[in-house]
Amino acid sequence: MILYELIPLDVLRVIWWLLLGVLLIGFALTDGFDMGVGALLPFVGKTDSERRVAINTVGPVWEGNQVWFILGGGAIFAAWPPLYAVSFSGFYLAMFLVLAALILRPVGFKYRSKRDSAAWRNGWDWALFVGGAVPALIFGVAVGNVLQGVPFEFNDMLMPLYPGNFIMKLLGLLNPYALLAGVVSLSMLMMHGAAWLSVKTEGAVKVRATEIGSVAGMVAFVAYILAGIWLAFGITGYHITSVVPDNGPSNPLFSTVEHSGSWMQAYADRPWIAIAPILGLAGIAMAVRGLRAGREVSTLLWSKLGIFGVISSVGLTMFPFILPSSKMPDASLTVWDASSSHQTLFIMLVCALIFMPLILAYTAWVYKVLWGKVTVEDVERDSHTVY
Amino acid sequence: MDFGIVELSRLQFAMTAMYHFLFVPLTLGLSIIVAIMETVYVMTNRPIWRQMTKFWATLFGINFVLGVATGLTMEFQFGMNWSYYSHYVGDIFGAPLAIEGLMAFFMEATFVGLMFFGWEKLSPVKHMVVTWLVAIGSNFSALWILIANGWMQNPVGAHFNPLTMRMEMTSFFDVVFNPVAQAKFVHTVSAGYVTAAVFVMGVSSWYMLKGRHFELARRSIAVAAAFGLASALSVVILGDESGYETTHNQKMKLAAMEAMWETEPAPASFTLFGIPDQQDRETKYAIHIPWVMGLIGTRSLTEQITGIDELVKGSEERIRNGIVAYDDLLKIREAKGDVSADVEKQFNENVGDLGYAYLLKRYVDDPRQATDAQIKMAADDTVPTVWPIFWSFRLMVALGFSFIALMVYFFVVSNWKGMQYPRWALRLAVIVIPAPWIAAELGWFTAEFGRQPWTVDGVLPTALSVSHLSVGDLLFTLLGFVAFYTVLFVIEMGLMIKYIKKGPYQDVEVTQEWLQRHDDRLSGRDGNAPVTMPAE
Repeated sequence: MILYELIPLDVLRVIWWLLLGVLLIGFALTDGFDMGVGALLPFVGKTDSERRVAINTVGPVWEGNQVWFILGGGAIFAAWPPLYAVSFSGFYLAMFLVLAALILRPVGFKYRSKRDSAAWRNGWDWALFVGGAVPALIFGVAVGNVLQGVPFEFNDMLMPLYPGNFIMKLLGLLNPYALLAGVVSLSMLMMHGAAWLSVKTEGAVKVRATEIGSVAGMVAFVAYILAGIWLAFGITGYHITSVVPDNGPSNPLFSTVEHSGSWMQAYADRPWIAIAPILGLAGIAMAVRGLRAGREVSTLLWSKLGIFGVISSVGLTMFPFILPSSKMPDASLTVWDASSSHQTLFIMLVCALIFMPLILAYTAWVYKVLWGKVTVEDVERDSHTVY
Repeated sequence: MDFGIVELSRLQFAMTAMYHFLFVPLTLGLSIIVAIMETVYVMTNRPIWRQMTKFWATLFGINFVLGVATGLTMEFQFGMNWSYYSHYVGDIFGAPLAIEGLMAFFMEATFVGLMFFGWEKLSPVKHMVVTWLVAIGSNFSALWILIANGWMQNPVGAHFNPLTMRMEMTSFFDVVFNPVAQAKFVHTVSAGYVTAAVFVMGVSSWYMLKGRHFELARRSIAVAAAFGLASALSVVILGDESGYETTHNQKMKLAAMEAMWETEPAPASFTLFGIPDQQDRETKYAIHIPWVMGLIGTRSLTEQITGIDELVKGSEERIRNGIVAYDDLLKIREAKGDVSADVEKQFNENVGDLGYAYLLKRYVDDPRQATDAQIKMAADDTVPTVWPIFWSFRLMVALGFSFIALMVYFFVVSNWKGMQYPRWALRLAVIVIPAPWIAAELGWFTAEFGRQPWTVDGVLPTALSVSHLSVGDLLFTLLGFVAFYTVLFVIEMGLMIKYIKKGPYQDVEVTQEWLQRHDDRLSGRDGNAPVTMPAE
């Protein structure tokens, strides 16, 4: 097939870097509010019915939302195999914890209201809390670690290796900067969950959600600024020192990388990327204002814009790096040397172009059908078909 | 290379995959049965069919959610535990997984919420379409997963790139239309349909034995028997074997399934019973049925099925070719591709056997230094342990045939004997509920254990595919999975049994009222002449 040569390899690589961002942001915008609602659950619902209201706002949609995450994993596997291989095994125990927390969530949604016992429901409420809060935190921690570089290297067969024993590896991930990044992601998604609840609920649940959500939003705002300052002055960046092999084979060891200078150099080289952190901060600030003023749909949209800005700021700051290595900088994965082959990238792009619009269309239709508030009366009237 | 890591990684993958497949077959089949029931409801507007739809959908939901949850583990475990595998074949293997997400899983997961929450918000026809989309989504999911799995059994449409040290796709078409994958897809989804049919029949039979929900039960059995009969025939007739002649290792698997140590003149006989002895390379106490194996394995009377001993000799030769390729690979990598045409030509001639050289890595770091004895040992490694494959295959086939018998019986009684099921048959239907799950797990065991010592047939040995983890990592997650999955299983079974015991609880009054009217109409109590031929 010569068809795939229509699009040069370097262009495909950048497109797939953008699509990776689209998937991660799509995940954060949709499943993000599911996780936020989970993390808010013990605080917004004081009675069983109130908690069921919160759960039922996401009940019909969390499953579809979660596919953004699964598809993200699949797309990384298909388009960035070295990234998939190194990150999933390098963060082994952290991935296991995320997995365990994410498995609790579907089960919690589905099984919680299938029995009447208070102990049963309480147990699942905690499962949903863990299933929301833990991944939200760990995703931020992971980003914090990626910005600092992760200790991995390749042997001559391109086998990824990582030093240290397993407990130390896990504890090593929980360094102060990574935890700060974790605070950003957790508080941001709690704010997003609150914005969702303010659209979908009324009365006591909504009041509590907006109160907690506006505090979470302010925490996210401050933590994001702190993380930015720390990144500028306390974290060493990475840059490629050899000729950039845009169209070369995907072998990370073919280029040389230096661990020096600052990530913030990117803002001097490409000033326009400053728009991302500005959008992030503006979105969060407006979402907090909206929550306090009791605005609904516009708040949710601002919250989405904030998340979009924050996540894209990380990607744009690091470009072309995807996963730098602190142990062996030359092994760092970049947009130019960690992708699939030309043909695979092309085929996957065709598939994405066919199916993404369809996915967006039917997802929008489902949200439209389910539009409207979930009330205490709803869940009490119908205790069987809803969660 | 640490053998402990490989064994633990395999154990964890086997455990989580087989656990995942406790939920998948029921999802595949029950989604379609529910959609069929809802279609009948939409066409006839009879409330009993809506009640049936909702009842079976409740059980579907309890099962579905664990299939989704444990599927997450599968999607991540390649990267977590098999990182060299992920690097080495991700260019090909990742694509079907991603397409599964794009095309199938997104659809299934987005609409499943509406399927449960949309009864009040959608018209009957729209709701039926949603249910069908869930069913189609689950089945498409299976298609792409089996394309990925089929490629591990028969790696077509790909070549090795020495500069990136991995396999890269050469033909997407070949990967998708891989005959092994297509056979596997039909076989696997049919097995899922049988599972669901047996489940629906078993639960309904239990209601009949208890004298409960008779109207729901007899209609459910009618659907399940027809659907199950077609599927049970499809599982056996369109079996999984059509691809076993395509590669060296698939031949090895076939020979292991049959414990066929030496090549027999065609058509080979089928060993009905026997105790395979790996050490002496013979099958003791064997009972042979002439001709049958040749027919099953090759669909012909003249083609030979190659025996294990002959295949091992072939492996040895391929290992020696692989060493040549390995040597050239180092030269090419050293020069970053800038080598003489001779080296390149020699490499291209032998690269197909490169994976065989990797088999030596278990014994020696540099395959080029391998002794003859080591080559011999590595060649012997290409034979999987025979007896588990031999027996799991036989058990699976026996179960498969027994499902046909069961379905034929219920189909006949439901269509021509006025649905008068004797109590022994109902009891039998309850007892066999677990059987299709056992058959499905045995089938996967045969396919995947029989693929050893490779993760990708002839391309990458299992021992080389693992992540660079510690035994501590693996013990932690393995024990974590065991504990976590056991708790989930107990919870799931508890809920399943609770909701089966509870029976249909939705639309009870409206269904009851309709049944009464329907009954009056049939017997003439409503003032009109009695209807002699019931409409259903």
